Amino acid sequence: MSVLKVPTMAEMMATGDKPDVLFWVGCSGSFDDRAKKITKAIVKILNKCEVKFAVLGAEESCTGDPAKRAGNEFLFQMQAMMNIQVLDGYEVKKIVTGCPHCFNTLKNEYPGLGGNYEVIHHTQLIQDLFKSGKLTVEGGEFKGKKITFHDPCYLGRANDVYEAPRELIQKLDAEFVEMKRCRAKGLCCGAGGAQMFKEAENGNKEINIERTEEALEKSPNIIATGCPFCNTMMTDGVKNFNKENEVEVLDIAELIANASDL
Amino acid sequence: MEISNIVFILVLIGSGSFFAYNVRKIIQNIRLGREENRSDQKKERWKTMIRVALGQSKMTARPIAAILHIFIYVAFVITQIELIEIIIDGAFGTHRFFYESLGGLYTFTISLIEVLSLLALIATFSFLARRNLLKIPRFVKPEMKGWPKLDGNIILYLEFVLVVCIFTMNGTDEVMHRMNYGESYGFAISSWMGPLLFDSLSMDTLVVLERIGWWGHILMVFSFLCYLPYSKHLHIIWAFPNTYFSKLKPKGEFTNMESVKSEVQLMLDPNADPYAVPEVDPNATPQRFGAKDVRDLTWVNILNAYTCTECGRCTSECPANITGKKLSPRKIMMDVRDRVEEVGKGVRKEGDKFDDGKSLIGDYITEEEIWACTSCNACVQACPVNIDPLEIIIDLRRYLVMEESKMPSELATMNTNIENNQAPWQFSPSDRLNWKDEA
Repeated sequence: MSVLKVPTMAEMMATGDKPDVLFWVGCSGSFDDRAKKITKAIVKILNKCEVKFAVLGAEESCTGDPAKRAGNEFLFQMQAMMNIQVLDGYEVKKIVTGCPHCFNTLKNEYPGLGGNYEVIHHTQLIQDLFKSGKLTVEGGEFKGKKITFHDPCYLGRANDVYEAPRELIQKLDAEFVEMKRCRAKGLCCGAGGAQMFKEAENGNKEINIERTEEALEKSPNIIATGCPFCNTMMTDGVKNFNKENEVEVLDIAELIANASDL
Repeated sequence: MEISNIVFILVLIGSGSFFAYNVRKIIQNIRLGREENRSDQKKERWKTMIRVALGQSKMTARPIAAILHIFIYVAFVITQIELIEIIIDGAFGTHRFFYESLGGLYTFTISLIEVLSLLALIATFSFLARRNLLKIPRFVKPEMKGWPKLDGNIILYLEFVLVVCIFTMNGTDEVMHRMNYGESYGFAISSWMGPLLFDSLSMDTLVVLERIGWWGHILMVFSFLCYLPYSKHLHIIWAFPNTYFSKLKPKGEFTNMESVKSEVQLMLDPNADPYAVPEVDPNATPQRFGAKDVRDLTWVNILNAYTCTECGRCTSECPANITGKKLSPRKIMMDVRDRVEEVGKGVRKEGDKFDDGKSLIGDYITEEEIWACTSCNACVQACPVNIDPLEIIIDLRRYLVMEESKMPSELATMNTNIENNQAPWQFSPSDRLNWKDEA
């Protein structure tokens, strides 16, 4: 495996250089063992296509999204304004992120606090790489596989991004099946709105079980998604049904990276 | 002028005034909410209103309900044309005022109304069956017990009586018209159904039946008008302003609280004097962070609550509700409306100082409900009239967190982690890039 090239903003700045796009890794992508694999898959794609990017590294900080959804507006705005100072300090214009929660907050809520950037989700960036011909896949690895896609709420309903992830799956030469509740009617995995960090309230079922059940009804080989939280929730769901040996939960970036033998 | 015309005019003025009086109270209640500027992007707002309210575009997500609803909706709107004639006839003692002057157009209009009324009748029976026989899950949730259930049925009973009256009126009139002039009105349904049902009756009975039909119909309309402000059925009016003023921004975008913004800016400003005494605006009213009660919500939130027709699409799409949690977005809207009715009454009696010691959070909505929300926007997406329960839920969370420091303990830990390590988990910020070198 080739070594990942992950320049930081500070390093680039030191050589007087500037990236075309900042890769906002997010807390999950930086610290969660499962999500780190998604981060690496994104970097592999960026490296392969020679996208000039950089990360903030230790200078990156929580966007404040979970604090805001949990009602702590003070903490959110503190985080946001500090992040904006860092981003503006590096004169960042364009941001790509692997986390729909970071995506939504950076794109929609930072402008009101003075942070104006072009923000895209990694599936949109990968889609652009295909469009410009920088990336191609053979699709062999996924031939005959059945893939379903779980819409992350903060990508789909919250920001109307439904096509990019689907177009990428179509490139894999696999069989794509929609769940009953998909796109604008997609069911949440259960971990938005700061639920990721707390136990669920009492009920008769966990939300991720409900959603995984729905996905498994389609008997897919792969449940694809585009969010580290959704990934965790769906992976747990699959384990709950003891299907982890038959059904993989993968991010779109991982699908593309694997298909391209990266 | 006959006594019946006077009675008619009195009933017309009486019910009209009663309706206006109640709507005024509701507008006062909506104004109890905080300021929120929704006067921007007028063109986009008109488009949204035409698409969502007039065109009912979001109803189509459930085709059966959408088709049945469109029957009643179109029948209701088109029947208003006939209402003009009924008011003229009622006030001046004329009979079918436009019949002579409009000719063929008249026959067409009344025929259209008859066809639509029949479709509305079919829809009415279907709706009654869906609520009471099929017991479709969203109509039998806990918040639908008692008054909300009765309210839903009352509207349908009124609708039923109304349509029966229309056909009695037109059917008997048809028979009498044939007797008197030897010709048919030629209306689509009553011209054959009238003779079928009423042919054997005497002229006297026909006259009485026709009057019962006519008065029954118009009295139903007036009762409906008086009943409307007490009913969830008010959506037929509020759906229009509600969609017009609905959020145009991406669903994921939450408001940045302005009151917090200035504080945070001050904290982060290196030039700010930490010991400075802030300028005090003597006219400023202390404002809460977030919403404890309905007066802390925005007027749009309250308009949302009055627009809610309790269809329960939101609740049936809510992941928390689907998995048995207490949260029901519909209940949130019903609670806001019930509470603002109560506060409105109090404020009209005692003025702005009104305080009954109760509040929306705690007395109406429990903390357990609002913490169950995943902020997934499924409820917002599902609402056929663009109601936003999520905004209210978040504002209630803001109050609990920022004013009362009340939150599930794991969230307190999460906040501390973000404050100390810039991540919701307890990792060191310096380890952020470790993934790069891990196998």
